[in-house]
Amino acid sequence: MPNLEHPAYPAATLLQLESLVPCRESQVSLLLSIFGERQHFSFPSIFIYGHTSSGKTYVMQTLLSTLQLPHVFVNCMECFTSRLLLEEILTQLQSCSPETEQTSQVPCDTFNDFVRLFKQAVATQELRDQTLYIVLDRAEQLREMEANILPAFLRLQELTDRNVTVVLLSEIVWELFRPNTGCFEPFTLYFPDYSIGHLQKILSQNHPPEYSADFYSAYINILLGVFYMVCRDLKELQHLAALNFSKYCEPVARGEANERDSRKLWKNIEPHLKKAMQTVYLREISSSQWEHLQHDDGEPGQLKGLSAHTHVELPYYSKFLLIAAYLASYNPVRTDKRFFLKIYWTENILFLLLAILYSIVDNRVAPTANIFSQITSLVTLQLLSTVGHNDQLDGPRYKCTVSLDFIRAVAR
Amino acid sequence: MKIEAIHFGEGENDSEDRELRFDTCQSLWNQIKLETEQIQEDLNKQLLDNLVSFLRRSHSDFQEKKTEWTCRMKSREIPTAALVLGVNVTDHDLTFRNLSEALRNNITPYIALLEAKDCPGVKNLMQKLMGQLMNCSTDVVSLEDEDSVQVSQNRIRCSMNSLIDWYKSVTKKTDSETLSKKRTSSSRHQQSPPVVVIFKDMESFTTKVLQDFIVISSQHIRELPLVLIFGIATSPMIIHSLLPHSVSSLLCIELFQSLSCKEHLSTVIDKLLLTSRFPFKLGEKVLQVLINIFLYHDFSVWNFIKGFQLCIVEHFYSQPLSVLCCQRADAKKRVNSLSHDQCENIRRLPSFRRYVERQEAEKQIALLTADNFLKETTQKLLEDLHVYHENYVSVLRCLHVFTCSLPKYPLGKQIRELHCACLENQVWETEDYESFLQLARMLNKSDLETMLQQCVEILVSSSGNEFDKAIGKLKEFLTQFHKLEAEAFQEQDVSVSSQKELQKKTDLYHLQKTLLELKDSRRSKKLTKFEMLRFEVVDYIDSLVRNYLVPADHKTLHEIVYFNTASVLRGHLNAAPRIALHTALNNPYSYLKNEALKSDGGSISNKAPDICIVYKLHLECGRLINLVDWLEAFSTVVTAVEGPNADAASSDQVDDIIHARFIRAVSELELLGFIKPSKQKTDHVARLTWGGC
Repeated sequence: MPNLEHPAYPAATLLQLESLVPCRESQVSLLLSIFGERQHFSFPSIFIYGHTSSGKTYVMQTLLSTLQLPHVFVNCMECFTSRLLLEEILTQLQSCSPETEQTSQVPCDTFNDFVRLFKQAVATQELRDQTLYIVLDRAEQLREMEANILPAFLRLQELTDRNVTVVLLSEIVWELFRPNTGCFEPFTLYFPDYSIGHLQKILSQNHPPEYSADFYSAYINILLGVFYMVCRDLKELQHLAALNFSKYCEPVARGEANERDSRKLWKNIEPHLKKAMQTVYLREISSSQWEHLQHDDGEPGQLKGLSAHTHVELPYYSKFLLIAAYLASYNPVRTDKRFFLKIYWTENILFLLLAILYSIVDNRVAPTANIFSQITSLVTLQLLSTVGHNDQLDGPRYKCTVSLDFIRAVAR
Repeated sequence: MKIEAIHFGEGENDSEDRELRFDTCQSLWNQIKLETEQIQEDLNKQLLDNLVSFLRRSHSDFQEKKTEWTCRMKSREIPTAALVLGVNVTDHDLTFRNLSEALRNNITPYIALLEAKDCPGVKNLMQKLMGQLMNCSTDVVSLEDEDSVQVSQNRIRCSMNSLIDWYKSVTKKTDSETLSKKRTSSSRHQQSPPVVVIFKDMESFTTKVLQDFIVISSQHIRELPLVLIFGIATSPMIIHSLLPHSVSSLLCIELFQSLSCKEHLSTVIDKLLLTSRFPFKLGEKVLQVLINIFLYHDFSVWNFIKGFQLCIVEHFYSQPLSVLCCQRADAKKRVNSLSHDQCENIRRLPSFRRYVERQEAEKQIALLTADNFLKETTQKLLEDLHVYHENYVSVLRCLHVFTCSLPKYPLGKQIRELHCACLENQVWETEDYESFLQLARMLNKSDLETMLQQCVEILVSSSGNEFDKAIGKLKEFLTQFHKLEAEAFQEQDVSVSSQKELQKKTDLYHLQKTLLELKDSRRSKKLTKFEMLRFEVVDYIDSLVRNYLVPADHKTLHEIVYFNTASVLRGHLNAAPRIALHTALNNPYSYLKNEALKSDGGSISNKAPDICIVYKLHLECGRLINLVDWLEAFSTVVTAVEGPNADAASSDQVDDIIHARFIRAVSELELLGFIKPSKQKTDHVARLTWGGC
């Protein structure tokens, strides 16, 4: 295990940092060596990618705050326009330097403005001496903004002529970012998924104060045994661990088993966890309902999950309209031609739909306004969808969006 | 309802009490409106209560035990209520209005209602959300700092951070307020009330908007206690199909289901129609139209009530005698002050004419000539009608007790079906009723007893006072059933003894013989006492039905309180635009009422408007219509107007004016969507419609 070493920082801080980022020591040490000393110019832009909850955001945040490096941390998801993003960075910058008094929002519409305002903001002595880090979380959102935003951020150091490093965090690879026109290539760093051993280690770290670390670690072992196949998301696993722990402790609390009776404990918790996998993990029932059930010792069977309520009650003609739409959408053209030859050439799916409707309903249907408005209601319910333009009054086309199972249930 | 009294019977003189009718109509509708609102409130109460308690729980858990281990370890999910409301989208607005009112009163002032059509992107969603939230906060802050709020609102950026800042400032303000007021008035809300965001039509939101919003807000759930409510019309499955697991795992979804709209309708019918509280009644056909629109088309209770309102307005508008459609005491007074014209109106009523014909000659003359005698009789007849209603409803309910538990529901499962059947014609003459009687004669004892018990309860609670005898009779049946129980023991003994005998016989011949005897006796078995009694009960119920469930249109003066012109209603509520268009073009007389246009069948009248002629001609064509031929035919029809003398002047050259008229008519037809220009052949247009309508 490589101990973190860096001449620029005190050993105690590094030790503390190491304890905070388990299983990510090698990445952190690489980052530290790229960063160099506080006043050194670092690499202009760094691109970090890895799967969901592989610790990108957490590691960056801990690293920057533990070492007390000046930084700005922005989630691009939240800033859905470039203007919001740039203004957010500037606002955070203002709070970074204690000397400037709190000024009000500065409007910043373009990147040009941003560069100018950025220079003003980092004018203070303190910020000029150190590297400033701008971390852009969920950087994939940048691709949806104006085309100049991403390349400009990548070479912000050059544009502003200041000691600044931009760190991009993303779940997708750099290749999907690279614009057609080319740009400055950032330093890319991959955060691999946590292995099962890593997960075990990280999850066991936070054991509840009432129980020993070994006891909790055994529990995590069982939990991972059940859930590792379907879920490697650290956050989700931690959530599940917290939800089900009280059930695991039950035999101990009742005095039926002691903390080392691992077989008994396993027998108690294993079916429970399997049930959890089918219900609460899929969010079929909510975690608070799950806790309630656990508390009352009830059977989860009493509580129907979301998917259990598939039945949709529809008005009589809506049912037929939906079936007609399904037939119109999926019937092969050949049979359509055979059965509905007369109207087929019109290419108008509305007519086809109504023709099928008339032939599948037993009694005569008057083409009333209600029938037509029902088609529109089905569209609002997303059971049908319009094809082509919404405002095309002449010959609207619809497509049936529901599955065969649904149609079967309706037809019954 | 904005109808001026002047329209009630416009152009006629005031002898038909149009102002009084208008007032009666208004007050009746107001009563019914109140009643429907009450029903709505009662039905939604359970749902709203559940939701309110869910919201109250949602964030308080975290505030109470912040330090506990599990709470620290659990990821903080956004509490979400999935509210399944059914496909009747038109009714949802009302539910949401009630919901937000209930929330505002009990939980939080911060509520935002979002609709999909306003939120094509996250940006618009945030704008809408902040706009609504910040407006509602101005209600809370006092008047003097309203200006500052207004100013800041214009400049505020639509981001989550500014929303959080706003929330902090608002809660701080209310906190200090409550402290200064020593928690007097505004303490009905919690310390930090949640912010409720309602997505009215979940299905129509785009996946991206929802996902982004949920992801963003889940990052700030600790600073901004958000609660989401998803309004779902179809099924909660939609959540999983709209949101991937990574997003839905940020939510803590609980399901809430509103009452099904069919049950809702049943309650409305029960409270509005099957009651003697309101004098106004719906005829069978009208009721059927309303119910059909509900079941076949929209499932909307709100539309049903609107249809009911239309019936009321139409009835009071078109029926001069509807002035008598009011409470009993008023009706008596109003009869006395009827004008002569109104008396004549009464005499013209078909049901009254039938009544007169049944009377003796002297009485007939008196009824037809003396207004005063007529008024007296009318009072009596109205009284009869009222009594009939009271009894009708009670007996109908009794009958429903029996029919709704029989296999295959011979007269319908719902009481509304039974009601329609009884209104339609004499129910005891239908086949279904026959099968009902047969099935009823096969009921077992315990069922029969509980049903009788229910009937007794219904009759006792009914307002009519004719039922003393019936109640007595039913109670007598019940006691007889009890007696039977005691006797049943003895019978059992008998059967047991014969069984014993059977066991004794050992040789085959005797066994066969006794078995045959037993079989015989079973076939020609005398009716047991229970069966006799059962027959009696069923017969008695039958007699009640024949007595009290006479169809309303057999009653004299039923026209006054029953609205029965279904065709008007159908025309208003279930419009058929294509049929109407076809009728107008094919038979212009039906709208223009010009005698010259009265045509007999297929021939094309030359006096008809040009467009009608062109339309009729185009009906005879195929898919593609040759414009030249069409023009020729048109010109032939039109010039025939001028008669044979114009014939001489006719040449192969078509008159310019006729040509212009033709072009105008054809373009009108194109505008109406019957034809469109075709590129397949020059000088041809394509026909777009088929069939008669």
